[in-house]
Amino acid sequence: MPFREAIRLALQVIWSQKMKSSFSVIGVFIGVTFLIAVVSILQGMNAYMTERFAGALLGVNTFQLRRYPNFQVGDISRETWREWRRRPRIMYDDADAVAASFSVPVLTSWSSVNRADVVYGGSVVRDIEIVGAGEQYFDLKGWQFEHGRPFSPQEARVGATVVVLGYELADRLFEGADPIGREVKIRNMPYRVIGVVESQGNVFGISLDKFAIAPALSPVKRFVNPPRVVDELLVKAETAADLETAMLEAEAVMRSRRGLRPTEENNFTLETSEAVLDFWGKINSVLMMALPGLVTISLVVGGIVIMNIMLMAVAERTREIGIRKSLGARRRDIMRQFLVESATLATVGAGIGIGTGLGLAGLITATTFLPARVAPWSIVLAVFLGAGVGIAAGLYPASRAARLDPVEAIRHE
Amino acid sequence: MPDTIIRLADLTREYRMDAETVHALRGVDLAIDRNEYVAVMGPSGSGKSTLMNIVGCLDTPTAGEYWLNGLEVSRMHDDALAQVRNREIGFVFQTFNLLPRASALHNVELPLIYAGIGSRERRRKATHALERVGLGDRMHHRPNELSGGQRQRVAIARALVNAPSILLADEPTGNLDSATSAEIMQVFGELHAQGQTIVMVTHEADIASRASREITLLDGLVHSDTVRDAA
Repeated sequence: MPFREAIRLALQVIWSQKMKSSFSVIGVFIGVTFLIAVVSILQGMNAYMTERFAGALLGVNTFQLRRYPNFQVGDISRETWREWRRRPRIMYDDADAVAASFSVPVLTSWSSVNRADVVYGGSVVRDIEIVGAGEQYFDLKGWQFEHGRPFSPQEARVGATVVVLGYELADRLFEGADPIGREVKIRNMPYRVIGVVESQGNVFGISLDKFAIAPALSPVKRFVNPPRVVDELLVKAETAADLETAMLEAEAVMRSRRGLRPTEENNFTLETSEAVLDFWGKINSVLMMALPGLVTISLVVGGIVIMNIMLMAVAERTREIGIRKSLGARRRDIMRQFLVESATLATVGAGIGIGTGLGLAGLITATTFLPARVAPWSIVLAVFLGAGVGIAAGLYPASRAARLDPVEAIRHE
Repeated sequence: MPDTIIRLADLTREYRMDAETVHALRGVDLAIDRNEYVAVMGPSGSGKSTLMNIVGCLDTPTAGEYWLNGLEVSRMHDDALAQVRNREIGFVFQTFNLLPRASALHNVELPLIYAGIGSRERRRKATHALERVGLGDRMHHRPNELSGGQRQRVAIARALVNAPSILLADEPTGNLDSATSAEIMQVFGELHAQGQTIVMVTHEADIASRASREITLLDGLVHSDTVRDAA
């Protein structure tokens, strides 16, 4: 029997027994739905982590010279923690020396952070991230300005009481009025608003637009850090290769300033987005490892269900098999008929599963901040898995059918 | 010179049932020529069903030889027998044995499908076979939409569509009323007149009397073999 004919016949049989068919494909359906949805979400997470999270929070081709890591990966032992606390802080002089040492083009900026309320007239926005930064901070972050401008090297050097606000903070303080030139108070010190940064959106549902940035030497220095101390020196290179060079140079300068012997470990940290991405990579690979197991379980269950349904079908259609044999069907004809039927059944189940999985991924994108991304390979895989499960599950019932004795089969009631 | 189409030589068939051995056929010798119309009779247990199964290549003998249209089929295996059934034999059963979910046309197409004939040619031949048994206007009906006589006609069309060497009928009128039986026997008579070789198992004497030769089995042996004068 030609293949196309066999599939048409199989679809007819499946359609004529909708109820039974839908029960029998439920396992494959669930497995495939799960596969598509989880892969889409993981892919989405992946893109999100690399593009939004790492990009927005840490920046591409960027590293931070810090006392100890900001983004901790996994568990930190007490000892490690204690060692970190014993490390010397990063001083203005350290940051300046490192910033002056680079042989590749880089942008650098001090950065120190604390939290405080921001007040404008009668309105107060509480617990805002206050950053003391250098003038290259904005270029380094790649930010565009909604209103106004960044602070100038001049303002940075003298520690002028000017401030650049995040989009949401400005919106809440001024409620649509022009923010430029207005005076806000942070810890009772007045600062003149000179710019508002374009909205940066959010990461994992947390707004990235609630910050106020003032020159590092402005009065914010009194509460962001002890005297002459910075949290970190931000360095952005133009290329990944330059980044590597810059990191080596920064490390060399710091080691020599700290007087470390070759055997001694660094008592400072050079942190990149790689570290965070590595962490995500680990989570991702664990999930990706667990996924085949979970999908396999549901497919095996689905396969067993299909096998049972097919055995029932063979029993029910014994007479049909007898008739077909009497008319000249060979073993392989009968075998193929039932294999095609179970493969078609499973593939139809997989197809519905793909649709549902895509729908689920779409729903997640629409209702949460997670952008699901459909991986084309997962669809191809799902189709092959479906057909494969169908064939594997159909083998035994089909061979039982093929071996039936025509004399007995045709007399079967 | 008559052309022998079926030749059985010392054919035996035994079934082992638990400890007992049942001798269904105990050494049957028989020759049937092309264009004969043979009725096989005998009481139940005489071995006529077993003989039908073997002649129809659904079963193989324990010992002895069976030559069908020049082929020794008694030692053939499953798939080879399936091909012989497909090419040489057209079955008509008491219970019609049509596929209930398929149209008359599709039922008649089945042997052609297993013969590997392309769909256009298949449709043409099946349509022609149905027209030949007077069902040209019922081709797309399912068996449950047809009367008993019409169903048996579909079965006859299916049996003939591959132009087999023999038409093998097993109690073809067993499930039909007398008027319809007569109708079906009329069809058989016409087919025989057109040159079709027919072997028919029946236990009804008046049905058997339509045949030109009557073979009676008893206890697994040929009991009598009568050739009627030209009917």
